[in-house]
Amino acid sequence: MSTDTPTTEATVAEAHDDEAHDHPTDAKYVRIAILLAVITAAEVATYFVDIGPALIPTLMVMMVVKFFYVAAWFMHLKFDSVVFTRFFVTGLILATAVYCIALTASEFWSKG
Amino acid sequence: MSSDAHAVHDGGTGLSNNKLLMWVFLGSECLLFGGLISAYLINRNRFGDGPAPGDIFDIPFTSVSSFVLLMSSLTMVLSLSALQRGDIRNNRIWLWTTALLGALFIGGQVYEFTTFLREGLGYTTSPFSSAFFTLTGFHGVHVSLGIVMLMSLLISSYRGTLRKENSETVEIVGLYWHFVDVVWIFIFTVIYLVPSPTT
Repeated sequence: MSTDTPTTEATVAEAHDDEAHDHPTDAKYVRIAILLAVITAAEVATYFVDIGPALIPTLMVMMVVKFFYVAAWFMHLKFDSVVFTRFFVTGLILATAVYCIALTASEFWSKG
Repeated sequence: MSSDAHAVHDGGTGLSNNKLLMWVFLGSECLLFGGLISAYLINRNRFGDGPAPGDIFDIPFTSVSSFVLLMSSLTMVLSLSALQRGDIRNNRIWLWTTALLGALFIGGQVYEFTTFLREGLGYTTSPFSSAFFTLTGFHGVHVSLGIVMLMSLLISSYRGTLRKENSETVEIVGLYWHFVDVVWIFIFTVIYLVPSPTT
């Protein structure tokens, strides 16, 4: 890096600025963290309060919301190139496929 | 000159090669954790004569650990934000805070594992225990590696080589750290909060 000319450094910094546009303020990050903390508290509350058959769907919804907020805002997927999102979502889809295949192999076929 | 910069930064896609590589790596990590979580879910009822998950999990304790890791994602993103503004001092403060929160989480995991061992749940006690320790242990190793990365960032910062111009390094380490947090969001719900079988 020390051999870079000022022009090269400026080009890299400029390109990076283009990618990093419109990132949220610190206050926005804090608000998102508070929301995540509130959702976590609600998740933990389900351990102490019986909500019957709604428990698992409720937990899944809260988990997905937390997942979405961290990925979109803290990992900047909301602002970065859609290519990054595609790589991540592809990984998630393949991971889900792994679970389905494993479940099929160990549960479905073993019950013949 | 410009082409040199693009060779490092763009790779012909208009995207940072380093960031792209990290996202490909994280995509592959989804598969690793997908496999481990699948193994746990399939084996959670196979606890034999050993303790069952529902008997041994300490939800209030794990909830605090989860909250600690969740807040470390906030401090990580604040450290990046500070460096992007050229605020080196706050960047270091938030990096230190993130590393300490990560260490606190690992301390909690060591305490949890020790408690489980004392209560008769060893690695080879049952298929459930093997799957549980492998999954949460792998996650713990990831958090530990993240702490090592954070410490190397801090060393770079104190040497004066971590500046606003190369804030992408912090962003890439941050992506890894947030991913570890996202995996725990999943583990905490699916492994701990969804009601587990009891003896």
